[in-house]
Amino acid sequence: MDTTVANTGTEGKTWGGGNQPLKASYGKMMMWFFIVSDALTFSGFLAAYGFSRFKFIGSWPIADEVFTHIPFFHGNYPMIYVAFMTFVLIMSSVTMVLAVDAGHHMKKNKVIWYMFLTIIGGLIFVGSQAWEWGTFIKGDYGAVQTKGGNILQLVDNEGHRVALRDIAVDAHGERVAHERKNGLWFVEEPTLPAYTVDEVYNGLVANPNVLVRTQAINAEGEKTVLSREESLRQLKTNGKLVVEGANLHVNEYGTSLFADFFFFITGFHGFHVFSGVVINIIIFFNVILGTYERRGSYEMVEKVGLYWHFVDLVWVFVFTFFYLV
Amino acid sequence: MAHEHKLAIFQGLVKFKSNTQKIWGVLIFLTIVTGIEVVLGIYKPEMLMAKVLGMKLLNWIFIILTIVKAYYITWDFMHMRDETKALRRMVVWTAIFLILYLIFILLQEGGYIESVYTNGYVKKDF
Repeated sequence: MDTTVANTGTEGKTWGGGNQPLKASYGKMMMWFFIVSDALTFSGFLAAYGFSRFKFIGSWPIADEVFTHIPFFHGNYPMIYVAFMTFVLIMSSVTMVLAVDAGHHMKKNKVIWYMFLTIIGGLIFVGSQAWEWGTFIKGDYGAVQTKGGNILQLVDNEGHRVALRDIAVDAHGERVAHERKNGLWFVEEPTLPAYTVDEVYNGLVANPNVLVRTQAINAEGEKTVLSREESLRQLKTNGKLVVEGANLHVNEYGTSLFADFFFFITGFHGFHVFSGVVINIIIFFNVILGTYERRGSYEMVEKVGLYWHFVDLVWVFVFTFFYLV
Repeated sequence: MAHEHKLAIFQGLVKFKSNTQKIWGVLIFLTIVTGIEVVLGIYKPEMLMAKVLGMKLLNWIFIILTIVKAYYITWDFMHMRDETKALRRMVVWTAIFLILYLIFILLQEGGYIESVYTNGYVKKDF
């Protein structure tokens, strides 16, 4: 590509920095090298995710059972929503590259229009990710954490998940959340879960068709369901904490590392998308104001486009390693 | 401003008349690949569950399809196809070499720690 934005008076002077063996401008090359380093950051994160996953290969949560929601509909729809998000991001990549192409032909209005669509696509993606986070944090069925930090979930005879709120039976002697005003003023306690382990246990006793499902993955690649006696024993002796939803400490879907990596990696990627949208908006206004028209080159659109495609590229990998594999 | 775009993809199997057309063509291709991934991810065919090199065949297919997608995003959307060979190699091989090294080291150690948990005297289910 032939575009240099400004002339520096060194053109053709080999030792003055004037020649361009890579035939790319300084700005574009620096964007490429930034992308290489950012790619290494992301692969560091994803490889760390792989490390933890191989470490707990026999008990890692199954993504299809974790991300099953789509907005406005009830039911079990694994993959659909995240496929939609992927498509939105790829689509916004397409409008971006169309904007770059229109820039090459110096068609200002087309650039404006395509940049606008790209920004909208980015906003839809960030919004979807926020929704996905919200659903993940809020949780679904609830689970009981054992003393060893493992997760016990409840299922019925057919293997369908059972929510704690549907079976928990009130046990008397409820513990009240500690507050500063009625206890030690320098000690705080987070909100207590809606049920205690005893209440869940009473519920399990009262519902003979409910079983406990552990984290361990069996030979068929499914989570192990315990027998009735074993279920009661496991919950009675090892159950310690009722968990609903996921955060950085606990995770009702399985090992808490899964939630940690989910928040960290998709969060870091979401932040990239967000900053990409901000940069796109800046460039968008510059295009409208005619900055690049006067400069005689839309190379800036190309540079921000590179960044935007990179964000898409990273998502393709995040999608594979979090949702598919 | 003359901008040279190479307009053939799939080793010259498919040729496009303009850059815009090529962009839409690549979009269709990427959408098809994503569609295949999603369908495989939902239905998980039994025959793809066989272990190949320590991982399910299905997972290998996912990873290969991802790399295919990454290739077309980089080559056609980011115009790597039109850059000089030197720039292309600088960016691509540096990243690939370092990433492979990183993956090897971390997955190897993850597998080792798993084996200590499984075979050693470490109690983790209580």
